[in-house]
Amino acid sequence: MTRFTVIRWTIFAAALVPAAALVYWLFTGNLTANPIDFITDWTGTTALVFLVLSLTVTPLRRLTGWNEVIKLRRMLGLFAFFYACLHVSTWMVLDWFFDIASMASDVVKRPFITLGMTTFLLLVPLALTSTAGMIRRLGRRWTQLHRLVYLAAITATIHFWWVVKADVREPRWYALAVVILLTFRVWWVWKPRLHSVH
Amino acid sequence: MLLRKAPDVRYSEITPRELYLRRREFLQGAAGVAVGAAAALSPLGVARAGAQAQGRAKLPNVKKSPLSTAGEKINSYEDITGYNNFYEFGTDKDDPARNAQKFVTRPWTINVEGLVKTPGPIDIDSFIKPHALEERVYRMRCVEAWSMVIPWVGIPLGDVIKRLAPLPTAKYVEFFTLNDSKQMPGLRVPVLDWPYREGLRMDEAMHPLSILAVGLYGEVLPNQNGAPIRLVVPWKYGFKGIKSIVRIRFTDKQPRTSWDLSNPREYGFYANVNPSVDHPRWSQGSERRLGEFFRRKTLMFNGYGDQVASLYTGLDLRRNY
Ligand code: HEM
Repeated sequence: MTRFTVIRWTIFAAALVPAAALVYWLFTGNLTANPIDFITDWTGTTALVFLVLSLTVTPLRRLTGWNEVIKLRRMLGLFAFFYACLHVSTWMVLDWFFDIASMASDVVKRPFITLGMTTFLLLVPLALTSTAGMIRRLGRRWTQLHRLVYLAAITATIHFWWVVKADVREPRWYALAVVILLTFRVWWVWKPRLHSVH
Repeated sequence: MLLRKAPDVRYSEITPRELYLRRREFLQGAAGVAVGAAAALSPLGVARAGAQAQGRAKLPNVKKSPLSTAGEKINSYEDITGYNNFYEFGTDKDDPARNAQKFVTRPWTINVEGLVKTPGPIDIDSFIKPHALEERVYRMRCVEAWSMVIPWVGIPLGDVIKRLAPLPTAKYVEFFTLNDSKQMPGLRVPVLDWPYREGLRMDEAMHPLSILAVGLYGEVLPNQNGAPIRLVVPWKYGFKGIKSIVRIRFTDKQPRTSWDLSNPREYGFYANVNPSVDHPRWSQGSERRLGEFFRRKTLMFNGYGDQVASLYTGLDLRRNY
């Protein structure tokens, strides 16, 4: 096994820990007095963490020259989607038990839910086009499509910000991370243009 | 005013507390080492450890009250003391159980201020002593759309106010929480405009359902639930139930409250439980009773409408949320 394979499998195993922890707490009766709320928060936070991690790959590669790291990007993105699916299913099944009318009205009436749904709908096409075949078939358009992840990171962060009642310390960290990671992208687009003006 | 008579509810019949205690014994027993270590890593484990560290004392001479809510399954001691909103000790639900363990509640002084016959400080024990302790089982509906049923022990706020003798010009009563950042780590963060403050209209405060709680489950109030003394107004959202009270002020002007100051669009002075007036960010039409899977419909005035609706005749509850 190469060193990179070890890294990849270690990250894969680590990425399953948040899900395993939920199962463990479920069976040991440790999901707090309000398990549904706890699972919602836990899966939502984990999804956002992986979304942010997937955005760190390219800057890491460009700043360190470690090219192999790019091979981790898809896995991190798919884990973000995996936890987003758990999060949304928790909401649909455990929280509302398929009460479509109430869910629909929340999506329309509650801006934070609207943004959660927006984020999820942005992630779906990215997950569907993450296969090697799709990457080949879409070519340049794949790169363009996958820029949607920038928007998803922004909407997810605002979704989190609007969830909290008063204490924005935690979402503030994610907002800071997203701003920094997106600033890299803006900088990379603008720097060459600035040079060409000179 | 209609006061429904309710038969006594004995919580020992409803909630198998013995079972809970036995479960704890089990946890502390042989298997306890392994299970305990694992539980300590979990969110609830921390709260559990916190609740155990404080020690618990039975309150003497608690009489049951006919004003208790009947026919509800009471939540476990563990849920009531491990899942708290008490931002002075942190904003996560298990923070208060963890961070309030060493909170000092004796000696404790309550300062009576404003439009009242004899303003001044009163020691907590002399404050409580003239009143008989009553057990009041009430529903508690949090503004975050979850609820519990809690067997409080307390004294009627109306009787306390009569004893304090406010002047006829007093129209409102205002309460303040202790503001001691040495003991309350949450105060070092400007999440709200400290100290926490709440208020009631005088007729709301005089209502027989309003109490100052000093205990729950027949025992001294745990720190994370607002020891040594807190307000309980069962037809209003839980945040009206101000904890660890150090000042009571009588005034002729409607007081501003902490949540109203923090976000006036989302929180008003009245904060009556009302399923038809949504919080801007979530529906108030239903709630999750802790321990249940399905949501239940939220009741107007948290189900205490028969007793309290008459306080609000002529008031536009949509505008006065
Ligand atoms: C249909 C889509 C979605 C819905 C309906 C939804 C709904 C919710 C709800 C109800 C909460 C909990 C509010 C509370 O604690 O009271 C929440 C929290 C959260 N959600 Fe979502 N969400 C959606 C999609 C997403 C996605 C795609 C992400 C991230 C990629 C995400 C990230 C979060 C985060 C970080 C939190 C806060 C967790 C915390 O409070 O610690 N959500 N969401």
